[in-house]
Amino acid sequence: MFEMTLPDPGEGLLEAEITQWLVAPGDTVEVNQVVVEVETAKSLVELPAAVAGVVGELRAAEGDIVPVGSVIMTIETSEAEPVATPVNEPVETSVVEPVETGTPEPSGAVLVGYGTTDAPAARRARKGVPATPVPETDQVHESYGLDESPGHRTEAVHPTGKVDAEAHDPALPRPGAGRHSSGSGELAYATDPVGRPLAKPAVRRLARDLDVDLTTVAGTGPNGSITPTDVAQAAAGEASGRRGPTRIPLRGVRRQMMHAMQASLRVPQASVWMDVDVTNTVELIEQLKGRREFAGLRISPIIVLAKAVCLAMARHPEVNSSLDLERQEIVVNPDVNLGIAAATQRGLVVPNIKGAQNMNLLELAQALNDLVAKVREGRITPADAANGTFTITNVGVFGVEGGTPILNPNEAAILLLGTFNRRPWVVGEGEDERIEVRTIAKLTLTIDHRVLDGEQGSRFLADVATILADPGLSLLF
Amino acid sequence: MVGVVTTSHDPDEVFIQLLTPDGERVDDETFAFAHDDATIAANLRHMILGRRFDTEATALQRKGQLGLWPPSLGQEAAQVGSGAAVRDLDEVFPSYREHAVALMRGVDPLDMLKTFRGTGMVDWDSRATRFHLYSFVIGTQALHATGYAMGLQRDGLVGNDDPDANGAVLVYFGDGATSQGDVNEALVFAASYQAPVVFFVQNNQWAISEPIDVQSRIPLYRRASGFGIPGLRVDGNDVLAVQAVTEWALDRARRGEGPTLIEAFTYRMGAHTTSDDPTKYRRREEEAAWRAKDPIERVRTHLLATGAIDQAWLDGVDAEAEALGVRIREGVGQLPEPRLEDFWALAYASLPPALRRQRDAYQAYEASFEDADAEGAR
Repeated sequence: MFEMTLPDPGEGLLEAEITQWLVAPGDTVEVNQVVVEVETAKSLVELPAAVAGVVGELRAAEGDIVPVGSVIMTIETSEAEPVATPVNEPVETSVVEPVETGTPEPSGAVLVGYGTTDAPAARRARKGVPATPVPETDQVHESYGLDESPGHRTEAVHPTGKVDAEAHDPALPRPGAGRHSSGSGELAYATDPVGRPLAKPAVRRLARDLDVDLTTVAGTGPNGSITPTDVAQAAAGEASGRRGPTRIPLRGVRRQMMHAMQASLRVPQASVWMDVDVTNTVELIEQLKGRREFAGLRISPIIVLAKAVCLAMARHPEVNSSLDLERQEIVVNPDVNLGIAAATQRGLVVPNIKGAQNMNLLELAQALNDLVAKVREGRITPADAANGTFTITNVGVFGVEGGTPILNPNEAAILLLGTFNRRPWVVGEGEDERIEVRTIAKLTLTIDHRVLDGEQGSRFLADVATILADPGLSLLF
Repeated sequence: MVGVVTTSHDPDEVFIQLLTPDGERVDDETFAFAHDDATIAANLRHMILGRRFDTEATALQRKGQLGLWPPSLGQEAAQVGSGAAVRDLDEVFPSYREHAVALMRGVDPLDMLKTFRGTGMVDWDSRATRFHLYSFVIGTQALHATGYAMGLQRDGLVGNDDPDANGAVLVYFGDGATSQGDVNEALVFAASYQAPVVFFVQNNQWAISEPIDVQSRIPLYRRASGFGIPGLRVDGNDVLAVQAVTEWALDRARRGEGPTLIEAFTYRMGAHTTSDDPTKYRRREEEAAWRAKDPIERVRTHLLATGAIDQAWLDGVDAEAEALGVRIREGVGQLPEPRLEDFWALAYASLPPALRRQRDAYQAYEASFEDADAEGAR
């Protein structure tokens, strides 16, 4: 039996998508007969059979993304045919994981051949040297002198930094005029043009070996550069005692926020906003507070806003959608899982109210109160924050008027509510036109512009605003 | 409209054709095909073998046996016709796609594939084959070729009364390379010294994804007049016309009458390389239109019609091509793995001391592994 592996169809590619099988189990195939079409980050290519025989099984389905080197089909050959080792199949190192164990997390493509991978590499034993398992990635990073993996996956988006049209002045510190010597005479942290602490490679190596973070070391060398002595002192805990910056580890919720917002940056976003006269909403809230059903519940404008969003969503279901890039489809979600952005000690969390579209105002108020209680007590679970379809964020509670919210990943829109301000406002028409003091709030909607256009976003926002301006009109929805 | 001319049917443009896509012979006042049907049949065989070599190599890349392959599919007539014009004292400087010419010059296909497999250097015997090494840097070979041609002048191998005592240089490059500085410098020097070199542009219409009409506002052959040398455009899918025109230009060069630029108007039926996907930038209709001008089909049609060949002859060539395919397929897996010492052995005739130390250090390191002895025996 011949096992056909996925070759690297381009240069240094790591994986390919099976787009179409051209044979089925039981089919007879000839040498070089095209059996499958695969699509890589670079191209759509046809793969030929290496041997003649009868197709055994297809080990990957159309649409599967398969790592290079894994078996994608078997061919029953009539005779034992010598098959050459593919040139780009690693012989000595087990770089490519079998498909069953899932795709190894690759650290990046390299110029030629395979990218690096986190999969442990089998190392050749040295004579008289005990085997020490060193992750392959460490070695690669070390040789490049980078903390991050060299190269990147082809589909990864790396936003480039801002480039100023005019040159900075001065572009580099002048010789002898180190930045550390300016001002009070106290040492400052000197950095190189890319923001790393000034240190020679050997010093960086020493710091890595001694597990010293160079950004926390004050340099005493020329131009404020860090000397081997500085590193040694820092390692020995003898650092001068000066206070460095406080360093907060990016973990848990904060780390999640970083990743979510970074992912969000890939989405082309647009914002629309409008000022709304919410005087009637404020009156409605006051009335609700007096009702028995709402006794004991905290009634805030968010509840009315949540209801307004659900009502408007019924008219504009496409706002409650997400994008399935893999299948090139917009997925309109049947349920409104209404996310509420909440600030906590640990960072930002966005739990959501599942199936909010089926709730009346009272149920919404209860669900929201439950969520707030859970947030306060730190009991929000990953399930609470999963599968959101739309998010409301309320910066009004901080007295802030507006902002430009950024999409929660996999959601097509996010709505920001600003603070309620008493403002002069033009009311009435014609002869009756006059200025009154009204309560005004700004609503800002950010949309995923791949899914929604400005018209859809604006119409949705206008409907939400209509309900807030005159809650009675919700009867029309 | 001034400038952009990309159609082969423009009556104002030079376009030398001796065999139509339908297999009909046509006459040309200046360029006549001076050979018999046996020569045409030999050309057909070279084209079929060249195509088989190319498709087998492309398939090998798709099976993971080669790292990369630049297909020559569709350019067989341009390559074989020009290759057939080469004589004993001539030198050929290829780019990296002249696979059919390489076979004609006697280069072993497995010798070529080791480079694309990544297990060996480009090191076939360019003296014995007079087919120089593939040049992967675009257009550099135009300068090498011009320099070599100037050397022929100095060796007294040009312009002798005895035509058999004369040589010339044939250099291949693509339409994309015509935008390179090296190619233009080579043209300037060749014209200044009236060097015996024929610049053979295979205009396959696409420089990777860049169409020719973006690269050149005029047909490429007309650039020759700017350098002060003759420029000709030939149907690059017509092996008869290509051979006739190349012979004319090489004869001229051998006689000491200077360089010529030939634009062989052809089409790259495949991808730029196996890492490229032409469906992303060109239309199926365009490919289909060119498929109808296939360089092999028209010769087969013509020779069958004249009775110069029969089906048995074609079956024989097909069997030969099949044997070539099998030999390549089976041989590529047997290509030897590269050896560490070749790093140093193949660059310098005598190794400088610093590199000698480096080699010794690496070899000591290699020997320090537990399995080094087994490795060495492999």
